[in-house]
Amino acid sequence: MSLLRVESLRTFIDSADGTLRAVDDVSFDVSSGETFALLGESGCGKSMTALSLMRLLPDAGRIAGGRVLLDGCDLLALTEAEMRQVRGRDLAMIFQEPSTSLNPVLSVGRQIGEVLSRHTPLRGDAAKRRAVELLDAVGIPDAPRRLEEFPFQFSGGMKQRVMIAMALAGDPRLLIADEPTTALDVTIQAQVLELLGDLQRSRGMGMLLITHDLGIVGQLAQRVGVMYAGQLVEVAERRAFFERPRHPYSQKLFAALPRPARRGAGLETIPGSVPSLAASFAGCRFAERCAHAWARCRSEPPSWHGTDAGHGVRCHLYAPGAAPVDRAGAALPATPERDDRQPVPAPLLEASGLKVHFPIRRGLFKRTVGQVRAVDGVSLGLTSGRTLALVGESGCGKTTAGKAILQLIRPTAGSVRFGGEELTALGGERLRRLRGQMQIVFQDPYASLDPRMRVGDIIEEGMGALKAGAAAAERERRTVGLLERVGLSGEMRGRYPHEFSGGQRQRIAIARALAVEPRLLVCDEPTSALDVSVQAQILNLLRELQASLGLAYLFITHNIAVVEYLAHEVAVMYLGRIVERGSAAEVLGDPKHPYTEALLSAVPRLDAQGQRPLIVLRSDLPSPANPPSGCHFHPRCPRAMPQCARDYPTETRLDDTRRVRCLLYG
Amino acid sequence: MLAYIVRRLLYAIPILIGVNLLTFALFFVVNTPDDMARMQLGVKRVTPEAIEKWKAERGYDKPLLYNGAADGAEKVTSTIFFEKSVKLFVFDFGRADDGRDIGHEIRTRMGPSLAIAVPTFVLGLFVTVSFALLLAFFRATYLDFWGVVVCVAMMSVSSLFYIIGGQYLVSKVWHLVPISGYAGGPDAMRFLLLPVLISVVAGIGSSTRWYRTIFLEEIGKDYVRTARAKGLSEPTVLFRHVLKNAMIPILTGVVVVIPLLFMGSLLVESFFGVPGLGSYTIDAINAQDFAVVRSMVFIGSLLYIVGLLLTDLSYTLVDPRVRLQ
Amino acid sequence: MMPVVLWTDALVFLLIACAAGAGFYVGRREYLLASWRRVGESRAGMAALTVLLAFVAVGLLDSLHYRPRLDVAAGKPGGGYSTEVRSALDALLLPLKAATEKTYSAPLATHLYAKETVELPDGSQARLFPRLKHGGAHLQDAEAKWGRDVALRVLRGLALAVLCGLTFAALAAQLAARHWGIGRLAAWRRIRRGETRIAWNAVLATLAVLLLIAGPVASLAGGYHVFGTDKVGQDVLYLTLKSIRTGLVIGTITTLAMLPFAVALGIAAGYLGGWVDDVIQYIYTTLNSIPGVLLIAAAVLMVQVAIDTHPDWFATGAQRADARLLALCLILGVTSWTGLCRLLRAETLKLRELEYVQAAQAFGASAIRVMGRHILPNVMHIVLIAVVMDFSGLVLAEAVLSYIGIGVDPSTISFGTMINTARLELAREPVVWWSLLAAFVFMFVLVLAANLFADAVRDAFDPRLAGRRAALREKTA
Repeated sequence: MSLLRVESLRTFIDSADGTLRAVDDVSFDVSSGETFALLGESGCGKSMTALSLMRLLPDAGRIAGGRVLLDGCDLLALTEAEMRQVRGRDLAMIFQEPSTSLNPVLSVGRQIGEVLSRHTPLRGDAAKRRAVELLDAVGIPDAPRRLEEFPFQFSGGMKQRVMIAMALAGDPRLLIADEPTTALDVTIQAQVLELLGDLQRSRGMGMLLITHDLGIVGQLAQRVGVMYAGQLVEVAERRAFFERPRHPYSQKLFAALPRPARRGAGLETIPGSVPSLAASFAGCRFAERCAHAWARCRSEPPSWHGTDAGHGVRCHLYAPGAAPVDRAGAALPATPERDDRQPVPAPLLEASGLKVHFPIRRGLFKRTVGQVRAVDGVSLGLTSGRTLALVGESGCGKTTAGKAILQLIRPTAGSVRFGGEELTALGGERLRRLRGQMQIVFQDPYASLDPRMRVGDIIEEGMGALKAGAAAAERERRTVGLLERVGLSGEMRGRYPHEFSGGQRQRIAIARALAVEPRLLVCDEPTSALDVSVQAQILNLLRELQASLGLAYLFITHNIAVVEYLAHEVAVMYLGRIVERGSAAEVLGDPKHPYTEALLSAVPRLDAQGQRPLIVLRSDLPSPANPPSGCHFHPRCPRAMPQCARDYPTETRLDDTRRVRCLLYG
Repeated sequence: MLAYIVRRLLYAIPILIGVNLLTFALFFVVNTPDDMARMQLGVKRVTPEAIEKWKAERGYDKPLLYNGAADGAEKVTSTIFFEKSVKLFVFDFGRADDGRDIGHEIRTRMGPSLAIAVPTFVLGLFVTVSFALLLAFFRATYLDFWGVVVCVAMMSVSSLFYIIGGQYLVSKVWHLVPISGYAGGPDAMRFLLLPVLISVVAGIGSSTRWYRTIFLEEIGKDYVRTARAKGLSEPTVLFRHVLKNAMIPILTGVVVVIPLLFMGSLLVESFFGVPGLGSYTIDAINAQDFAVVRSMVFIGSLLYIVGLLLTDLSYTLVDPRVRLQ
Repeated sequence: MMPVVLWTDALVFLLIACAAGAGFYVGRREYLLASWRRVGESRAGMAALTVLLAFVAVGLLDSLHYRPRLDVAAGKPGGGYSTEVRSALDALLLPLKAATEKTYSAPLATHLYAKETVELPDGSQARLFPRLKHGGAHLQDAEAKWGRDVALRVLRGLALAVLCGLTFAALAAQLAARHWGIGRLAAWRRIRRGETRIAWNAVLATLAVLLLIAGPVASLAGGYHVFGTDKVGQDVLYLTLKSIRTGLVIGTITTLAMLPFAVALGIAAGYLGGWVDDVIQYIYTTLNSIPGVLLIAAAVLMVQVAIDTHPDWFATGAQRADARLLALCLILGVTSWTGLCRLLRAETLKLRELEYVQAAQAFGASAIRVMGRHILPNVMHIVLIAVVMDFSGLVLAEAVLSYIGIGVDPSTISFGTMINTARLELAREPVVWWSLLAAFVFMFVLVLAANLFADAVRDAFDPRLAGRRAALREKTA
């Protein structure tokens, strides 16, 4: 018998646009000692499902029907007081954002102690001992001292460990983890995922894992449920799911993932966007975006069809008697990639010894007592038509480096040469004219477009600021051209940004940058806020623009999969410095620096063969205000030697293109 | 931490200088002492001699900034600016235009002002925070809805009507307490009850609504969901988690006024005939006694700056993020 | 007659021009229209707006000033103009204005409130309540006919109100029917049930209530002092109606005066940072640190001295009073811009870090351009919310300041001066309650309407509240 059984759960949310059917007839079960993953893109209802199980919906939400059986007891039938007995004791939950999910003004010990006093007979010293045990169990060193500390004194990863310790305090039989690592860096994510896996195995808990990341599913889950637009569309064993996803949507999710094997070819995309949950659906919710849809899909909602053991799909294709279809996605034609060994033209961009330091002011008169070395001696080069990926975890200084190159932040030292001109020495009008040749695309498509401006005005802004004098009609013609160039239509220029989806907004942002005909585009995590299927559209667009316009991309990202797919060259950044650079194939195929190795090993892989043995890094990223002596990486480095603590390694040239800063190669 | 306090104190100096210069400009440059004299003496029958005499009696006959006629240091010190403005920094307030010692008045009138202002402040804060918590606890119910309606209605009544209405009902119709007046000692209770009560009631509407908004904002945060996920009851969540976090924004508005309690309340004191600093100020305004108004401006600014400092310090009590960094 | 444009009149007209310009601007921007439509959906907001517009109508009538031509018979060659400045409202209410009694009289009374020694027709003297000169003067036998006459007038007023209301309703139904292309009855049903985007039913209901009150009052005012008379025999209804303009002027002109400072300095401090920020912060901390009442008192006293010592600056008493009103607005503006300035600075600090601002910087856009094109439009909702929220506070502040003696000129009719002169009347025996009650009711309605409207605007324009509002509506529905 299963631990948790969810039967036709329906959750509605009342909003200004009407009632949203956030969860609509969802059924699944989870056994003890099993991890069940709910997989889906943003807005598919997976978090609402989890909150419905806990009965912790936001004020506007309500459960409209169904049953939630935990060991046979229907949670939805309990009184609120009875439900409070269940929460934290039988059913615990950890949330996506550890930095806001802990109470900032209560000590960690108190927040854990609260669960103990609520659900266990432990009090006083016994409770404190138990809290120390829990912190030990989740891998927080020096637990007795840290119990007295407040959440802000913990790093992001450590906060998530505290959340896990809190969830475990009541000894729950089922743990719900809602995107537990989405807010964390790759190396920290690896630590937390490993911890969750270990805890779940050793305690024999059931775990409901909610995620959008196929890689995490592959690493942690035994069974998978795929959600789309408020419904489960496929449930399967992990192995069966990864070998052969059945639902057309699941298939597309796999096909849209950037992978090295697809280099040079376009990624598959899912046309259109997720339908509004306020609508009522006549047929299949995916029909509008499905390549296999036929008339029946639009008129009749598909019912649940079991295929092999434990594998079920909500799709007409699998109805008994339905014509078998070619279920593999058609392979996209590969466009020939630019030959890597072309004679290399003069570099368009060359940065050397670039430093950006921010002063730390303290004391009575705000004297400068130190420097945050956000960027501390970065050198890189980039030629037209090529992509250089600047890879690193949050806080390593990669975004600051990008802005310093564009002179949006004036560098403290070093040189940036662009098309032969030294940018750091330029000012005023000459710099302004050069700005047209280098543009930037930002991470957050919701913050990067002025909500008070029409799309046409947004795109024309650059033309106005840089090329004053162009006639209005000419500008309008160019705006229409640009919108069409990025896959939108010309009449959209009269609309406002809020009318567009995230992916469309990112296209507008790209059009805005292209409007001034740049030669260099700094892309600052342009796809990290987007769902996989939309990410694929944007990556395709960027690739195609590069091929036709010969743009140079400085691609700032933490997403290794995107790097593998897109980059020609890679530079890996750690704490303000580049520790390794070279061609993409070299760096990603055969990493030399221990940090690069660890970073690559931490990325969850879909295929078991590609998975390197995980190198779990100790501790967190140190502060750039107070970097470790010697090699910045040595406190976390699994291969550190005594001299690493003393000397900062100089750059070692391994071959023509390959450089690494590590004493192992010195 | 210490450096922080010292820096805040140092920062107060230019502000006090700014206040001083501004009031000096307002009182002596925009309108000359001659104008003041003419006004005090009555515009109609005024002779140059009367003006000179009036000015000399009050020390307004000196030059504004620089006294060329005097010797040595007196060139600077024997001026209106030095005598009337600079001396405020050492709490030398001089004499009022009617000749009384302002410093003495302030010392004796502080007591009655505080006797009304402090209970009003404490009781008012307690009542409004409790009401706001109540509304937040019953959020999105009819109680909350009508509570807010009542708050808005109470906000829409001028404080003058609270006082007039309160005096009329409680004192005149029901004869419960004296209409006005003040006495020291144990007798004070009878006189203080009504003004305190009225001041508290007059403040309920806007404060309750404001605190309710703060509570609701906190209740919407992630950590509250975490607390509920632990199985804690709603009152525990509200008192242990929400209240402590909500105190941070509440303190911003509240602590800054604590030093200003010394100044008393203009309206209440004048309606109830309480011999405090509030009624002193009103009397000075009505008598157009500039020396008193100037002194009160200076004290008020000083107390406000102390309030700002206290606000910063109070954060360290409730917010560990400030305390430990 | 000779039209007179007082300073505050000019500013009121400027304000109306601004509002019209803003309306035109909003009309062409969908995202702003959407927010205003949300205001329109709020029943309480629309009801409050209707009440406010009624007040504004009275205030506007009272802002059209002129000096009546003096009778040639008065002896001046060629005729001059009176030094008395009147408004269109005065002209309309001339019977009320002129109908002054000797002293207090109760609402709808026919006799004075105080006994007087009167010489009877037979030559003897008696202490009695003499008949009023105007209130109920048309009645021969006041004791016997009074009840009937009042009832008749009320009925007549009600009938008029119902007639007006029905006309409005029919007009609304007609317009709606044309708009939707359906029958008039069907259109009326839709309006009544609130099936319209904008809460027209709330507007019409409020209008009905206003008419049902105004009708009988207007009808009674023809023969009586509906709210009684004050100490010097002035009609209280006339005084309360005249007070409206003062309240509105203070609530609006003050904001208009401080807005440019608050917006420009707030945005500049937030966006430019550095020493500009330091200076602006210093200025507003300094101004803020002076207790508001005292700063106002000091400034008003100064203005008073200036006005008193230069009587030759003003041709009429109205102009002098108006100068003091304007000065009060400006002074209140100086003391109240700091709050908004600080809000805008904080918001600009947030916006400055947003990526669309950085994108503009990447084009090399100048600071002025970024502030004007990107920051200003994105903080306008805060400005709007602050303006409507401030209004009610300013109306309340006027009363208190006038009471303290640093408000409007004593000759300016305002809620504050009314309360100030009437505040001791409750201590009289017997109690004179009507002036205070009239001032209380009018002020309460005005401020309450302003508060409710401000809430509706804030709810509609503050994106943070949007989700919560929907939830609340569902739960309370």
